[in-house]
Amino acid sequence: MSVAMLFAALGVAIVLWFLMVRRLRTKPWIEKGTIDLDDGIAGLDAERVGLWMFLGVVTSLFSLFMIIYMERSGFPDWRPLPDPQILWINTALLILGSLAFQLARNAARHDRLSGVKLNLTAGGALTIAFIAGQVLAWRQLTAAGYFLAANPANTFFYLITALHAVHLLGGLWVWARTTLSVWRGLESLDVTEIAGIRLRVQLCSVYWHFLLLLWLVLFYLLITT
Amino acid sequence: MLMAVVLILLVIGSLIFHFASPWYLTPLASNWELIDTTINITFVVTGIVFVLVNFFMAYCVWKFRHRPNLKAEYDPENTKLEVWLTAITSVGVAAMLAPGLVVWGQFVNVPEDAMDVEAVGQQWHWSFRLPGEDGVLGNSDIRHVSEQNPFGVDPEDPTGQDDVLIARPEVHMAVDQPVNLLLRSKDVLHNFAVPQFRVKMDLVPGMVTYQWFTPTVVGRYDVLCEELCGIAHFAMRARVIVDTQEDYDAWLTEQPTFADTMARPPGDAAAGQAAYAICAACHGPDGQGMQALNSPKLTGQEGWYLRRQIQYFKNGIRGTAEGDTFGATMAPIMAAVPDEQTIDNIVAYIQSLPEEPLEPTVVGDVVAGERLYGTCQACHGADGEGIWALNAPGLAGQTDWYLVRQLQNFRSGIRGSHPGDAYGDQMRMMADIFTDEQAINDLVAYVNTL
Amino acid sequence: MAYVAIADRDHHLHDPQTFITKYIYSQDHKVIAIQYGLTAIFVGLIAMALSVLMRLQLGFPETFSVITPEEYYQYVTLHGMIMVIYLLTALFLGGFGNYLIPLMCGSRDMVFPFMNMLSFWVYLLSVLILLSSFFVPGGPTGAGWTLYPPQAIAPGTPGIGAGIVLMLLSLAVFIVAFTMGGLNYVTTVLQARCKGMTLMRMPLSIWGIFVATILGLLAFPALLVAAIMMLLDQAIGTSFFLPSMLTMGEESVQSGGSPILFQHLFWFFGHPEVYIVALPAFGMVSDVLATHARKNIFGYRMMVWAIVAIGALSFIVWAHHMYVSGMNPYFGFFFATTTLIIAVPTALKVYNWVLTLWKGDLHLTVPMLFAIGFIFTFTHGGLTGLFLGNVTVDLPLSDTYFVVGHFHMVMGVSPVLVLFAAIYHWYPKMTGRMYNEMLGRWHFWLTLLGTYSIYLPMHYLGFLGVPRRYYANGVTDFMPDSVQNANAGITIAALVVAATTLIFVFNMIWSLFRGEKADGNPWGGTTLEWQTPQTPPVHGNWGDKLPEVHRWAYDFSVPGEKQDFIPQTEPPHEGVVAGREHGVHH
Repeated sequence: MSVAMLFAALGVAIVLWFLMVRRLRTKPWIEKGTIDLDDGIAGLDAERVGLWMFLGVVTSLFSLFMIIYMERSGFPDWRPLPDPQILWINTALLILGSLAFQLARNAARHDRLSGVKLNLTAGGALTIAFIAGQVLAWRQLTAAGYFLAANPANTFFYLITALHAVHLLGGLWVWARTTLSVWRGLESLDVTEIAGIRLRVQLCSVYWHFLLLLWLVLFYLLITT
Repeated sequence: MLMAVVLILLVIGSLIFHFASPWYLTPLASNWELIDTTINITFVVTGIVFVLVNFFMAYCVWKFRHRPNLKAEYDPENTKLEVWLTAITSVGVAAMLAPGLVVWGQFVNVPEDAMDVEAVGQQWHWSFRLPGEDGVLGNSDIRHVSEQNPFGVDPEDPTGQDDVLIARPEVHMAVDQPVNLLLRSKDVLHNFAVPQFRVKMDLVPGMVTYQWFTPTVVGRYDVLCEELCGIAHFAMRARVIVDTQEDYDAWLTEQPTFADTMARPPGDAAAGQAAYAICAACHGPDGQGMQALNSPKLTGQEGWYLRRQIQYFKNGIRGTAEGDTFGATMAPIMAAVPDEQTIDNIVAYIQSLPEEPLEPTVVGDVVAGERLYGTCQACHGADGEGIWALNAPGLAGQTDWYLVRQLQNFRSGIRGSHPGDAYGDQMRMMADIFTDEQAINDLVAYVNTL
Repeated sequence: MAYVAIADRDHHLHDPQTFITKYIYSQDHKVIAIQYGLTAIFVGLIAMALSVLMRLQLGFPETFSVITPEEYYQYVTLHGMIMVIYLLTALFLGGFGNYLIPLMCGSRDMVFPFMNMLSFWVYLLSVLILLSSFFVPGGPTGAGWTLYPPQAIAPGTPGIGAGIVLMLLSLAVFIVAFTMGGLNYVTTVLQARCKGMTLMRMPLSIWGIFVATILGLLAFPALLVAAIMMLLDQAIGTSFFLPSMLTMGEESVQSGGSPILFQHLFWFFGHPEVYIVALPAFGMVSDVLATHARKNIFGYRMMVWAIVAIGALSFIVWAHHMYVSGMNPYFGFFFATTTLIIAVPTALKVYNWVLTLWKGDLHLTVPMLFAIGFIFTFTHGGLTGLFLGNVTVDLPLSDTYFVVGHFHMVMGVSPVLVLFAAIYHWYPKMTGRMYNEMLGRWHFWLTLLGTYSIYLPMHYLGFLGVPRRYYANGVTDFMPDSVQNANAGITIAALVVAATTLIFVFNMIWSLFRGEKADGNPWGGTTLEWQTPQTPPVHGNWGDKLPEVHRWAYDFSVPGEKQDFIPQTEPPHEGVVAGREHGVHH
């Protein structure tokens, strides 16, 4: 029920936002001639808009998981599993990774190629280390007898961490392509292609910050229940 | 032009259909007149909108149809009109919603004097439990379910001992007595619905849901399952019989309590041997049956099934239908069986007899039969072994010509039409899958291979 | 950093050279649209054939008992799932969304053409996975299109092995395809409109598709979550949705799960799904009506607000599908209220469509006939929705044929009439040829009258109490014999409608080769797709120069103008100050 109220509030907020900000109250039959697009999004890059839309989808996906998780954890047969200490290390790795992406982004803004190279590589490496750490956490839990299907708490833990890792892997694919072209050198590229790389570095950092934030929320949820 | 005429005819036709068609709300038999009132309010409001919108549209289609020199008006919006339309629509919506919410408020709050009745659903069967003299239903859990304790009542719980158990899908209720129907499922989702009572609610495994109503008209009502629950969903039926208070009390005293059912002694095979003498003449001393005398094999069949059929013959539920020549022979013989204990003894004796395989006599297309058996196996098991929990007798190893005859009887309604034969009724509905006599032979030929 | 706007990145458009790159591995939104459309219509015809088999069983159980109960429930399931997801969602968004968004917004293509192509191929994969479930042991799942656990994965239901796994897998793959396509549609609308195309100048088709896509992007994850969890329950024995229960007399291994949790997830997706189908239909029918009535759509702003409001509200009404599900009955008060509130913007849309006809100049072409037919069927279906949305009235009607009649009127017939209207309306643009007028008219009349005679009686069977999802009714104390006559009549009408659909298919194919040649703007349309330099539009849509938009999409029959329409690309006349003009007072 509270979820429904939340969505009600969200819906009302969206409607108001549309009405106020999106200038949906103009009378289009009165205005003639080419007028500038008034919505502030048309000037942005398609990739950036697309990424934010995608983050919306991912938010919806994980919010639903978290709602179900909280709902299900209230049932009597819920047996919380111990929190492997390695998760703290993993969290630190992901924070550092996200930081590295931010540094790469700053370097790209100031056209410092070496900074981009170094930080981009470090960010990816830290992420790979994070995923490896997560796999290690699964192995520790399995070794301790907390199997996937034994209790819903276990299933949720494996499922949510795996889904999060899958999203990181998707990001790593873009990261790998970007890093490769940065290391190959930018001499042979034209202006648009360099702009494209800059954009990708920037979007990678956005995506990593988002996944870090998501992980922090998930981690909080996993250790508190 | 044609479009305008058709629109008007569709509206008028719908109205005529509404008033003239033979299908409308089933006559009410409970206290929920208010539900019918909300339906009528909704009908009036939506009916007016339906007629006005479509007549107006038909008028526009006729009046503004394209002609030379006709030019449309340029008319971007009319705020005043739109505000008025919004306001009127909101009033109409409120007129439907407000009574709806008030009546729903009554539905969710069960009155104090309502009597608890538990309806237990399981795949394709209903049974019922009453709280007994202490007015409290004992705890139940599917962990306790067994052939002797199909309700899963907790044997340790003292409040459960006097619970009245109605293991067959037929329950009685007293007229004008509010009933709080507690709904419990043993397996999947089901839904308890009696169209004449208007209300319905799902049964959800793992929890107890409820609905309440007061039956107001003495009579017999079909209970339908209205939540898809598997392939025999459409055949999951029960009956509610609304009695006068005296009839209800008389019925209630005949029903066993949980303690009664648990205390019942097992059948005595040695005592059964003597009583079996009347059976042996036709079914043979070894229970193998004799085709010449149209008597099927008895051995290898499940005990609960034999018991039920003997009871049916004894009580005139089976063997009384027109056309059931062979059943008619059984009925008077079984009527001579004195009591329940004797039936248990006979069954115990039959079960002690060794089972011998039979020679197949039915010829049919085994492949076609296998496709049809896909339906049967949901209850009778993939190997035709029979499953007590689904009230399904074993088929494998049974007399094949007898199976053919019984399927023919189910198909033609000779068997399963008696109001007391709820399980036969189910088979009658399932026998819809046979398009002709050959299909029955195909199926039985496949059963012979199991 | 300044980046190059996508609309001018012409070097991104690789002109296709060979047959394969032009028609098979094409990144052109129009080719992808047609691939989506043809695939969707193909599975739709399969689903229609399944419904014919079900109707034969229901109408003539004695004569045509060709299917067994398991087959009946399998066909019920597949018919529903295919029609809702693989036909309607795919055709409205993958088909028309793809075709219309770049053309109506004045873009060269979708912003991510490669992802757009991938979206179609992944969709095709999901269709193949779905159809493959007909050929596995046990056959496809027979759990009903709602796939409620426990029965979807418990004995007693057909297809609880490979059938349900393939169904869930296919849905997951479909959701991936939809997300790839949907990100494209939303981003293209937000970001790649041509100069002058403000949000409030967009045709309503684009508004409908745009909001529907957002709904889809936010709602489909719920189905994905439900599908993943049910797959785990089925495959490795977790207990998300399964409580402890008896299966075939034995206690199950799972315990503690909640079947109602699944229903919440399913309908959190399922109700917005209704509007994912309905909103594009609302938008497209508005454009068809305005064009063929030669009149601006009445109350354009109200129409836009209504689309946005319906979209937002659609996320808080889902549990009206669950009034009798055993959820906390107090939820009924909240959801009945929100559900009836959503009726207000929906009713306003109906009024505005009818008011668009008022004082118009109605050309009763085939698309226009379908559009008017839609108003009739949608009014009917919308009004019966008020019965089911109102919690008390739903009590007797829930799970009966009233529900079947209602959702087929509102979600089956109505959107399909719009699809037909849209196909006839844009056929000359897509193919460069006209459809056959006479066949089109036969198609319309038989479809409208046929479907109405199928679904009107169903509502009344529902009042009587005839339950839905019954293989056979058997003998009851409340159904008169006439119920069987009604069922026979409905089956005959269904056969007529099914045959009529074949007329449509024939017309489309025949006209492709023999139809009259159509010019680029046969209806006198104002929107950009009618102003393309070539018909059908070629790769890149606009030739050398992108269009510029100078006015809204509905300048029909403007007073003082010679022509009864002014294309959106037409600049204002001399003497009018660009930017602000009181167009009404000439």
